Amino acid sequence: MQTQNVPTEELQNIVGEEHVRQAFADDAVDGVEPSFVVEPGTIEETSEVMKLVSREGLAVSPRGGGTKMGLGNPPGQVDLILSTARMDQLLEHVPGDQIVRTQAGLKLQDLQEKLAESDQMLGMDPPEEGATIGGIVAANASGPRRLRYGTVRDLIIGIKVVLADGTVAKAGGKVVKNVAGYDLSKLFTGSLGTLGIIAEANFRLHPVRESARTVFLEVEDPTQIPSVAQALTHSSFSQFVLDALEMRWENDRGVIAALFEGIEPAVEAQSSAATEALRSHGETSVLGRDDGDEFWKSFARRPWATGDVALKIGAPPSDLAAVLDSVVGAAERAGVEVRISGHAGTGVTFAGLSGEDDGLVEVVEEVREIRLRRGGSVVVQAAPLAVKERLEVWGSGGDYLGLTRRVKEKFDPGYNMNPGRFLGGI
Amino acid sequence: MDRGQLIETMQEILGPEGVIHKHEELRTYECDGLMNYRVIPDLVVLPESAEQVQHVVKTCYDEGIPFVARGSGTGLSGGALPVESGVLIVLTRLRRILEVDIPNGRVVVEPGVINVWVSQEVADEGYYYAPDPASQIVSSIGGNLAENSGGVHCLKYGFTTNHVMGAEVVLADGSIVHIGGGKSPDAPGYELLGAFVGSEGTLGIATKITLRILRQPEDVRTLLAAFKDTEEAGGAVSGIIGGGIVPAAIEMMDSLTIQAVEKQVSPGFPEAGAILIVELDGPEAEVANQFEQVIKVCEENDASEIRIAEDDEERALFWKGRKAAFGAMGSIANDYYVQDGVVPRTELGAVLKKIAELSEEYGLRVANVFHAGDGNLHPLVLYDNDAGEAEKAEELAGEIVFACLEHGGSLTGEHGIGRDKMKYMPRMFTAEDMDVMQLLRCAFDPHRICNPGKIFPTPRLCGERPGPFHMHPIQKAGLAENF
Repeated sequence: MQTQNVPTEELQNIVGEEHVRQAFADDAVDGVEPSFVVEPGTIEETSEVMKLVSREGLAVSPRGGGTKMGLGNPPGQVDLILSTARMDQLLEHVPGDQIVRTQAGLKLQDLQEKLAESDQMLGMDPPEEGATIGGIVAANASGPRRLRYGTVRDLIIGIKVVLADGTVAKAGGKVVKNVAGYDLSKLFTGSLGTLGIIAEANFRLHPVRESARTVFLEVEDPTQIPSVAQALTHSSFSQFVLDALEMRWENDRGVIAALFEGIEPAVEAQSSAATEALRSHGETSVLGRDDGDEFWKSFARRPWATGDVALKIGAPPSDLAAVLDSVVGAAERAGVEVRISGHAGTGVTFAGLSGEDDGLVEVVEEVREIRLRRGGSVVVQAAPLAVKERLEVWGSGGDYLGLTRRVKEKFDPGYNMNPGRFLGGI
Repeated sequence: MDRGQLIETMQEILGPEGVIHKHEELRTYECDGLMNYRVIPDLVVLPESAEQVQHVVKTCYDEGIPFVARGSGTGLSGGALPVESGVLIVLTRLRRILEVDIPNGRVVVEPGVINVWVSQEVADEGYYYAPDPASQIVSSIGGNLAENSGGVHCLKYGFTTNHVMGAEVVLADGSIVHIGGGKSPDAPGYELLGAFVGSEGTLGIATKITLRILRQPEDVRTLLAAFKDTEEAGGAVSGIIGGGIVPAAIEMMDSLTIQAVEKQVSPGFPEAGAILIVELDGPEAEVANQFEQVIKVCEENDASEIRIAEDDEERALFWKGRKAAFGAMGSIANDYYVQDGVVPRTELGAVLKKIAELSEEYGLRVANVFHAGDGNLHPLVLYDNDAGEAEKAEELAGEIVFACLEHGGSLTGEHGIGRDKMKYMPRMFTAEDMDVMQLLRCAFDPHRICNPGKIFPTPRLCGERPGPFHMHPIQKAGLAENF
């Protein structure tokens, strides 16, 4: 679906000729091809572009690193991709205050490298390579260390956004403790570009821990995973030394891994205690920091490849056994191949499914039906278009769907922002 | 519907004992913890269930009557200040702990449950609820949620918003929504819960709240260090945090506060220009190691005395002194004004200096007690109401938060904007910022009947089409003087 009325010249005047280009096939969002890709260099330019967007009734999809463009429903329309690639500056880092202000287009990796020079870090580690700060906030992406540091909502302390009509507004600030005004930073977290463009974000930081140990255990039966997870969660290990508790199940083999970070004597004591506590479950292996970093690089990756159906299941952590059973069972019955990973400590499970379309749809529906009864959610994070069209990508949502829609309509009354991609077709 | 009919309707919903309408009884509710604003509500209702809250709110909605929710009434910014000719919904009878789920680390409570009850409920299982505002023995979880309360331990463990995982909310139109995943993580959709927590009762009334509980730390160690002045104590704070230590708490009191506290509760604090209380918690090995570092940093910053709490009793004594600080001002001044501002930690020294100058300039004493780790100041402006100093004191308190803003901070760290600071909001936010924030208000409560006249100095019209709904005239009264 292409719209012809994009005023190209006007766009070029705003951002400069070299920062507007015709879209390529690669720029399509779930098969919907945009006309142009625009790369504003400043908030002011972004605001001008958005004024034009709302005046002309265009549909815009914001894009950071482009790692999450498959998330959500296929958009109803995309005229412009608004890329934050040129807004990639670290604006302020005050090590003594443990805060950072960044532009949305800054890549997380680049930010972490910069912060590491002061022995600090942002406590977020989503595995997608090349993801930007804005994209991570918009998609509410997270990784293994969320067990200790929480997710975006727990670390973000301020935001600057540009609404569809070009209004520039901020909320929060650059102090960790702050209750002045509504917390729009959190509202925009996970909003997938449907409320406005995230232009800047501020975060609290944490010190890089001196030492790390990874303790992992192999299992041959998926039912062992939940008991190992509960043993670790409810032992005397404080959650503030246990940074991550993750699992994988693929090719009929499972691994469960715990990451301990802190000062050396604490990490040593805690990892030994963990090994001891898991003795009845099997022989554990222990890795130091360098080997551990390598291990986590592959262990934390999502369990799917391009073309798979990718599921994110949220469930009470104590229900992990039922989650695994439902996914493995449904996949077996439907003749679908399944690989699983997950944040066992926080109740997030990822599943990558490959097989025939009918079987894939069956698995998603069955797993979802069980979650509906037992609590939680199943979101299709990515899927081939043919499968997506047969499913509710986000699930049905709860009784808050009407409120969600009212929020959308206040912030983006013209539905210019990523129309159709979000929960309830928002 | 006239007042008589309204009383009758409310009595039908709540029974006669659930409605307070006599003038002298209503006066009990004329203010919250901020006593310089008083408004007598038209009616006070005391629901006992979420369904009753829903009925009350629906009645208000249908009649266009504004309402204000109130927990224990300990708030310090006038967030629960009633609206004239409005209904005050007091939630103290909704005080059941509905569920304790240890395997998932969750507790489900009603809004009137007192903060400290949660920790007491799960203590035997080895768990506790982390947010610990100084008011925790009286303040309610619902009020904590509305204000996004902090506490001395929030530097390490986060604020109320980081520990509320789900809520059942009665919206302004009487409908009920469940926001946040509760026991399950990452519910799809907007982060409505994150926006709701800390919205100071302006977006709806929480009737069930799912809280996260944490395992009690293996070890806790606390010390008290005395310094020549706040500058040296501040140097120690920077040294500790700069060294990569995240203390469970790090609190500072200046000499005036120490004097007042000594007079009031006699914790036996040393005479000093400033005192730091530092608490570490976590696994034994970590605490032991870092505690040595903290002692070393205090010594390097010329601490004149370091006391280590030898047991829980001594630790409790340190905290008794700290938590009594606000109330203790009564022993050295007739009246005092509690301010709440935030500065980036690295600006603490500069702002304290500015406060001293302002104190001098206004001829009023200012005692300082604060959460040093996160730069959250609580300057206490001492004055004498009978001597006509109230206005001057409020002005000085205002100047202090402006100084916080100039140094990159915030108007409030934990007490809220409420009624008290809405006039200052334009100092921190542009008209656009506030308009955009109020879009959220328009989505939740388009007719502005839910705690109107708080947070924002200029209410935004929501662009609703005129319909059968008509606004009660008191809306104006609730907002009048701050324009």
